[in-house]
Amino acid sequence: MGVEQKLGNMGVVTTKLEELVNWSRTNAMWPMLFGLACCAIEMMAAQASHYDMSRFGMELMRASPRQSDLMIVAGRVSRKMAPVLRRLYDQMPEPKWVIAMGDCASCGGVFNNYAIVQGVDEVVPVDVFVAGCPPRPEALIHGVVTLYEKVKGEKFKDYAVEQK
Amino acid sequence: MSQIEEVSIDQFKHLVSERALTGETMLLNMGPQHPSTHGVLRLLLELDGETIVNAVPDIGFLHTGIEKNMEAKTFLKAEVMTDRLDYMNTTGNNLAYCLAVEKLVDLDVPERAQSIRVILTELQRIASHLVWIGTFGLDLAAMSMFLYAFREREQILDILELCSGQRMMTTFIRPGGLWRDVPVEFEKAVRDFIKSFPKRIDEYEALLTKNPLFLDRLLGIGKLDAKTALSHGVTGPTLRASGVNWDLRKARPYMGYEQYDFNVPVATEGDTYARYLVRVQELRESLKIVEQALNKLPMGPVRSDNRKFVPPPRSEIGVSMEALIHHFKLWTEGFPAPKASIYSAVESPRGELGVYLEGDGGPKPHRVHMRTPSFDNLSVINKITQGHLVADLVAILASIDIVLGDIDR
Amino acid sequence: MDKKLEKIVQDLQGRFGSSIEEFRGEVHVFVKPEQIVDALTFLRDKHEFELLSAQTASDYWPQMAPRFHVIYQLTSLAKNLSVQLRVPVNGDQPKVPTATRVYDVANWRERELMDMFGIEFEGHPDPRRILLPPDMEGHPLRKDFPLGYEEPQFTFNFEEIDLRKPYAKE
Repeated sequence: MGVEQKLGNMGVVTTKLEELVNWSRTNAMWPMLFGLACCAIEMMAAQASHYDMSRFGMELMRASPRQSDLMIVAGRVSRKMAPVLRRLYDQMPEPKWVIAMGDCASCGGVFNNYAIVQGVDEVVPVDVFVAGCPPRPEALIHGVVTLYEKVKGEKFKDYAVEQK
Repeated sequence: MSQIEEVSIDQFKHLVSERALTGETMLLNMGPQHPSTHGVLRLLLELDGETIVNAVPDIGFLHTGIEKNMEAKTFLKAEVMTDRLDYMNTTGNNLAYCLAVEKLVDLDVPERAQSIRVILTELQRIASHLVWIGTFGLDLAAMSMFLYAFREREQILDILELCSGQRMMTTFIRPGGLWRDVPVEFEKAVRDFIKSFPKRIDEYEALLTKNPLFLDRLLGIGKLDAKTALSHGVTGPTLRASGVNWDLRKARPYMGYEQYDFNVPVATEGDTYARYLVRVQELRESLKIVEQALNKLPMGPVRSDNRKFVPPPRSEIGVSMEALIHHFKLWTEGFPAPKASIYSAVESPRGELGVYLEGDGGPKPHRVHMRTPSFDNLSVINKITQGHLVADLVAILASIDIVLGDIDR
Repeated sequence: MDKKLEKIVQDLQGRFGSSIEEFRGEVHVFVKPEQIVDALTFLRDKHEFELLSAQTASDYWPQMAPRFHVIYQLTSLAKNLSVQLRVPVNGDQPKVPTATRVYDVANWRERELMDMFGIEFEGHPDPRRILLPPDMEGHPLRKDFPLGYEEPQFTFNFEEIDLRKPYAKE
């Protein structure tokens, strides 16, 4: 909702505004403070002093889904957790993005069994997959920067079409 | 995927007090997504004002089916699962599993491998306690603690990476020894750490131990007496803070722990502050063990040469046909284990990490059960939080140092 | 066998008439299901086995006649001894009396066994599933429960699996 729907079909006029909005979105993206398993520890390490993800505008982790733009699914998602994860995703305001961090979240990893969801893209739509078990903090930061590239290319038009 | 279902109070009648049924007390859901539950723990709280009447944990949000999955793999391949159990103590889990396999098939481990195992597990114990002290501070609003603790943890992870190429899930300790010998830089890296770390612990203590705000939040909170603790199967630092001197490294030494001189910190108060003190002292004791083990690190092989169970080193495969056959056989078929069961336990940073391992004469385990310390430690939470405030629950939960991967398996 | 442990095991045998098994220094004492609560109380009160280290089970389907063994690993801190009690339980309606009155930790451990093996513990105060979602069917650690393996996606079968994978929508 908002300016993007109203201006969505006017094409060239909004191009510069698009850039401005996307730029501001990338530089103040608030991830949700939400760890599941092993990868959550590496996510914490990425936030901590040595790797310091706040260099990339990730200063603030928000514990409430209502205040966050980005969900980092850090770890394996069990069948019991999956509906909770979906509800958290539904509670996040638009626009929102998802990073599947680690092998377990991306494809089930080594746990190919009855308990684990084989890839979190069965539960929520994923924008960036980060490989590794667990991925190094640098890999997560690379995933985040890749997401920025994606966000910078987003068009208001797509939003307008989606909302119909 | 299962669905979130609506439940009525009738299903929880036996867990809450009668006042909850009349609406006198309030039922509040905490978690599974909550910053202070250290993962995906869910607590059903019954509150009278801000006082906790009952705290009923709901676990299983990270249930991974590790035990079932290990039954489908050979003994050698099943080891990768153990890393992901208690993800703060990866080499310790490897050690517990390898000791179980070695006991089941009766394997000896060369002395050098034993010493390196001790060094790595003690370093990992320090790393685990560092994450604990960082998150403990974070939960009690001492944010800088988190930044300091993770700075030192990086040093340990660098050492692990130097040895194995991985930061966390190393799988470096293998049944019958180690994956390979440590590189030459290993000694210097560990020595650097031993040199710098005591000063860091002093810094942490200067920040926290006598900090009045910190003491206000901790002293007398969450008292756990020894009898309740033992009946609930609580082990590790949480038990030792209640005055029971029980450490498997001293009581039943494995991997040559009897040759190292170290103390087991014990406190008698059993409150949250006692648990903090015990863990901080354990940092120093672990460092002592690392230093002693490094000083008398013997030279020699790091792998048992029993080729029926242990794959030959890479260098041998190129020159010996027999080694190549063994390598191929062990990694494709695995080795048969006797039709019997054993239970072996080690001291993890959280308590007794036991492995029940049963062979059926074939190359795959018949049953693996990991007796994980956090599972039992968490079961006491309802008893020690009753009558405290919600804010204290956060401190208590942090002080028993739960890891959800360890609980849910 | 350790001398101190031998005495305890003999004591146990005299009282409950149980058979024993030894492997690599570990002693397994077989106890009938109806005797288990008495045996645990006896060990805890008379011989200071105050810690129930582990409680688990093993499934011997289809080879062996009593299908399950429920396993109690006990530790004595004062004497530094361990002993394992094993309770063979029948497969069609597995029932064991609960040990929650002896050890508090048995509460969660027994819920786990109920969840994973479908063994019923009579008199348990809180018989709910503990690790798995409430609407799950079956008991995963039984040998007749499939692992639930999904075929991994490779280059050669990428499209085939891609078509049937239930991707989530916005």
